Amino acid sequence: MGDAAVVIGVGNPDRGDDGVGPQVLARLQERVPGGVRLVCLAGADPAGIMEAWADAGRVVLVDAMVSGTAPGTITRFDAVAGPLPAGVRLASTHVLGAETAVEMARALGRLPAHLVVYGVEGQRFTAGSALSPAVAAVLPAAVERILEEVGGA
Amino acid sequence: MSTPSKPETRAISVDYLARVEGEGNLKVRVRDGEIEITEFGIFEPPRFYEAFLRGRAFSDAPDITARICGICPIAYQMSSVHAMESIFGVKMEGALRELRRLIYCGEWIESHVLHAFLLHLPDFLGYQSAIHMAADHREAVEKALRLKKIGNDIVNLVGGREIHPINVKVGGFYKVPSKRQLEEMVPNLEWALDAAAWAVELTAGLPFPEVEADYEYVSVCHPDEYPFNEGRLVSNKGIDVPACDWNKVFEEVHVARSNALQSKVRERGSYHVGPLARYSLNFEKLSPRVQKLAAAAGLGKTCFNPFKSIVVRCLETVHAVEEALRLIDVYREPARPDVPFTVKAGEGHGATEAPRGMLYHRYRLDDEGYILDAQIAPPTAQSQMSIEDDLRRVLEKYIKLPDDELQWRLEHAVRNYDPCISCATHFLKVEIDRG
Repeated sequence: MGDAAVVIGVGNPDRGDDGVGPQVLARLQERVPGGVRLVCLAGADPAGIMEAWADAGRVVLVDAMVSGTAPGTITRFDAVAGPLPAGVRLASTHVLGAETAVEMARALGRLPAHLVVYGVEGQRFTAGSALSPAVAAVLPAAVERILEEVGGA
Repeated sequence: MSTPSKPETRAISVDYLARVEGEGNLKVRVRDGEIEITEFGIFEPPRFYEAFLRGRAFSDAPDITARICGICPIAYQMSSVHAMESIFGVKMEGALRELRRLIYCGEWIESHVLHAFLLHLPDFLGYQSAIHMAADHREAVEKALRLKKIGNDIVNLVGGREIHPINVKVGGFYKVPSKRQLEEMVPNLEWALDAAAWAVELTAGLPFPEVEADYEYVSVCHPDEYPFNEGRLVSNKGIDVPACDWNKVFEEVHVARSNALQSKVRERGSYHVGPLARYSLNFEKLSPRVQKLAAAAGLGKTCFNPFKSIVVRCLETVHAVEEALRLIDVYREPARPDVPFTVKAGEGHGATEAPRGMLYHRYRLDDEGYILDAQIAPPTAQSQMSIEDDLRRVLEKYIKLPDDELQWRLEHAVRNYDPCISCATHFLKVEIDRG
């Protein structure tokens, strides 16, 4: 495991706010410093997520979240410090949520040294819909905060 | 007094329109020792899909129906394209037919491994979830994650992407992989062959309740191949018809206690689709390797213990890996990725084997190829009555247990079927009215 930094965006761009991860990644493309890798995943397959961070020391994972806060709320979790609080789930329309992948990695001893999860509270996950206005409005803020994490601000 | 259980609300995994919060309901009434299931529904057949397919072009069906399930999109694509192709008189042959089998292998591997290891195994070993299990059974979980990913890789390469693949079309594919691209997967698949055999051995050693049921097993049956895409609909109680006769043999009925449609054999009632049905009706077509592993696992040529479905899923995973290696070996990149055809009016039927059982599609097209009428009978709805029969048996045996323990027994029994919502940790909302 090296010092490399990876930003992982999880989500399905065709399912409304579930697409926030890929959208944040698209905006980071031009702005991340050299050496920071961006990985976009359509689903939260645990092996796929662990593979994405296999050689990385610093990882930021960004995903839509359903926790009961106001749509567009951005919440930062230090996932190495402990599991995500009960009641928070990372939105997934596909079998396993990203929090399952994170907890699986913790149980297997395969968490990176630093793992920060950014959850963006979603509002609608309808097939074929765009981001809700509340989530679209906080995209720039989410991008800035993630840039700070990876030293690109 | 009724004692509602409190299901944990967390990642629910049915990728299904308006049903993202999919949850099963089971309401049971007990009066003087008499047990009555008053409400039961775990899967709602895709009625909306059937409605909004009307008026769409035939070519939209594989991509639209693939969205019904995030775990078995290939099955939906396969049943829909084969139904359409039966109208146009298109026959898949050679490399294109082999690629269709290969992509199905990928789906079977990822779906079976996910279910057997991450969802079903914790039930047997007494863990709440795979996460709880992972710390104590690290090797098993690591192997399962890698195996599942190898299945994803096949779907990704042949299907264009991992989730809701987009490369399958009526008449073939949009683009075919090169021989070299496929060969790059061989080392992983060789590893997977051993890993899957190891999975058979591991699951064969689990403690199984000694129960057997007199199921009517139904699967697609092909004269020489373990079934994927082609064959007649066959049962161990006398059904043997072409796919186009699905509606003659089966019917979809609305049951008052459930919102969903359930399928039944017209003359008899419940039937059972899935790995146990395929295995018991097609054992002779499994490779010598798989047959030998089955014997070593203590299974005969048929299996009527629903809990042993976990072993059969692992056997079918070996089969799928072995078949994938064979298909890659014989693959020659075809000159073109599809075969030409002429659109015409008609009615077409497709029955293929989704990981969780036979999936039937029927379409009627006008002469320009627009869909006039669509029918989709998903495996979970086809097995639903059989699941209910099993639940009744569990209730009769364990009704005296406290609610939480009973709930676990019931969920375990439902999970034998790998229904489309079983990936939720506590997916069954059980209410027991004990009077």
